[in-house]
Amino acid sequence: MAIKEQTIRNNESARGKLIAVRVVAYTFLILVTLLALFPLILLILNSTHSNSSLQAGFDPIPGGHFLINFKTAWNDTALFTLPRSMLNSFIIAASSCILTSYFSAMTAYGIHVYDFKLKKFAFNFIMVIMTIPTQVAAVGFVQLVGKFHMTNTYWPLILPAIAAPSVFFYMKQYIESSLPMEVIEAARVDGSGEFMTFNTIALPMLKPAIAVQMIFAFVSSWNNFFTPALVLSKSEMWTLPIVNATLRQKIQSQNCDIGEVYMMILLSIIPVVIVYIALSKHIVKGVALGAVKG
Amino acid sequence: MKKHKLVSYAKWGYIFIAPFFIVYIIFQLIPLLSTFYYSFFENYRSGLNVIGPNYVGFDNYVTLFTPDKNGSIDIFTYFVNTIIMWLMGAVPQMVFSLLLAVIFTSERLRIKGQSFFKTVMYMPNLIMAAAFAMLFFMLFSKVGPFNQFIMSSGGEPFDFFANKWTTRGIIAMINFLMWFGNTTILLMAGIMGIDQSLFEAASIDGATSWQVFYKITIPLLKPIMVYVAITSLIGGLQMFDVPQVIGTYLGSPNRSTMTMIMYLNNYLGTSKNYGMAGALSVVIFIITGVLSVIVYKTMASDSGKKPKKAKKGA
Repeated sequence: MAIKEQTIRNNESARGKLIAVRVVAYTFLILVTLLALFPLILLILNSTHSNSSLQAGFDPIPGGHFLINFKTAWNDTALFTLPRSMLNSFIIAASSCILTSYFSAMTAYGIHVYDFKLKKFAFNFIMVIMTIPTQVAAVGFVQLVGKFHMTNTYWPLILPAIAAPSVFFYMKQYIESSLPMEVIEAARVDGSGEFMTFNTIALPMLKPAIAVQMIFAFVSSWNNFFTPALVLSKSEMWTLPIVNATLRQKIQSQNCDIGEVYMMILLSIIPVVIVYIALSKHIVKGVALGAVKG
Repeated sequence: MKKHKLVSYAKWGYIFIAPFFIVYIIFQLIPLLSTFYYSFFENYRSGLNVIGPNYVGFDNYVTLFTPDKNGSIDIFTYFVNTIIMWLMGAVPQMVFSLLLAVIFTSERLRIKGQSFFKTVMYMPNLIMAAAFAMLFFMLFSKVGPFNQFIMSSGGEPFDFFANKWTTRGIIAMINFLMWFGNTTILLMAGIMGIDQSLFEAASIDGATSWQVFYKITIPLLKPIMVYVAITSLIGGLQMFDVPQVIGTYLGSPNRSTMTMIMYLNNYLGTSKNYGMAGALSVVIFIITGVLSVIVYKTMASDSGKKPKKAKKGA
């Protein structure tokens, strides 16, 4: 009887402890969540205030200057034109995300489905080049772009997207787990050509992987600063990261409208934030799948 | 019959992988090799004149490692800057992410709303680093909200970007915010790959949470932690966007935020010194290469020891 009472009391104290640990854990998680959100919240908040209100002091209540800041930022042509930069960024990111996902899937399919002499070599080669940072080839890249007369064009930022080793690796993993050879053989029996089979049968089956990689490719191209800064010198060709680096000089100047600058930063990141909120489920899952690498 | 099949389809293999390899060779491999080649030439712009290219052997490498008149070697200074800023962000990130991963995967806590928490924590990773840096530059500037707060509570305004440690700290903080969600997800995948029966056995034996953490989670997670740490270091060595925006190409204050890639960018940009840029690229290439080999080694030994786990992960 006494023993039973003892265990009940133990259980009760264990439960009490568990609740306490839970409270601590949730508090910690909420604090970290706020930490992750606070830059974006401050940015949105500040973009609603006028320059004079921002100069006067921090105001945690949203102001009514959002649309005016938007108009100023949108129509400012002093150093660059924001809508044009957004368009540049969009063209480059959209094109490269399509090329990256399509051709990575195609390369992975080629290596998975067919048997050929250099198959193993091709695979190992891509694995080796996967970790080479693109920056170390920058000297040669800049000169090549000059020789091809591609300086200040979109091409040197779009075309290289066809060869993306890490996306290839992801696609290869996905194909191995979800594209049975029987499907391809059945298509051949039905008289489907090899390209037809890839485009109409394999690609639809790879949709989840392609969707994830398209998002990642779009975002990384949209955010890329190093390479565009090397090949785009004309301000009408600038992408948003170059614009943001230029803002650093802009705010140093006299009578700079800070509300406008906050708005420009917000407009640079908001498309990605919206896409992320809409598709976050797939993205977080995709990151975990990427852990496969490790 | 089977052999006939292999022969007849082989050419399609080459056709399917051709675009990748053609583009890779043109836009990456040839530039990479010509970068190596240029590292042996003297080739730069001096005013309006272009000097070279003249073959100079290893002179560029010698220059790269020659102390200046103050006795400091730039490449070492910038390497140390890069490593310091990486460590300032990566060490707290590892601790934080490990803690978060343990909380999320805990069978006892059974945290609800996991996908919400993970979604928010991962978000900073997708935000443009240049914009992130620009935002923090404004928030911590002399007239920014933080200084306004200090002043309204009676303090003196502090110029965060005049002090090298606060500037480095802000850069590290941005990197921390951008990457801790990603690290958490990777470590969670690692913890979930651990055989659940080990945790069950431990709890039957009456092990406390801390014992489980120290004696089971940490040792079994070590290979993944090594992988995460080294890939983070490889990424850290490529640090560019954030310090370039905050410290500008000068690495302000007093070159204390100048990273290896910013150094490379300066040779490429203003001075167009392709010879020196080439030599520097080769050095960065070698450092990254060595680190990558270590990654492959840890991956290989990991999957060798626990083939089951590796398969589960795949």
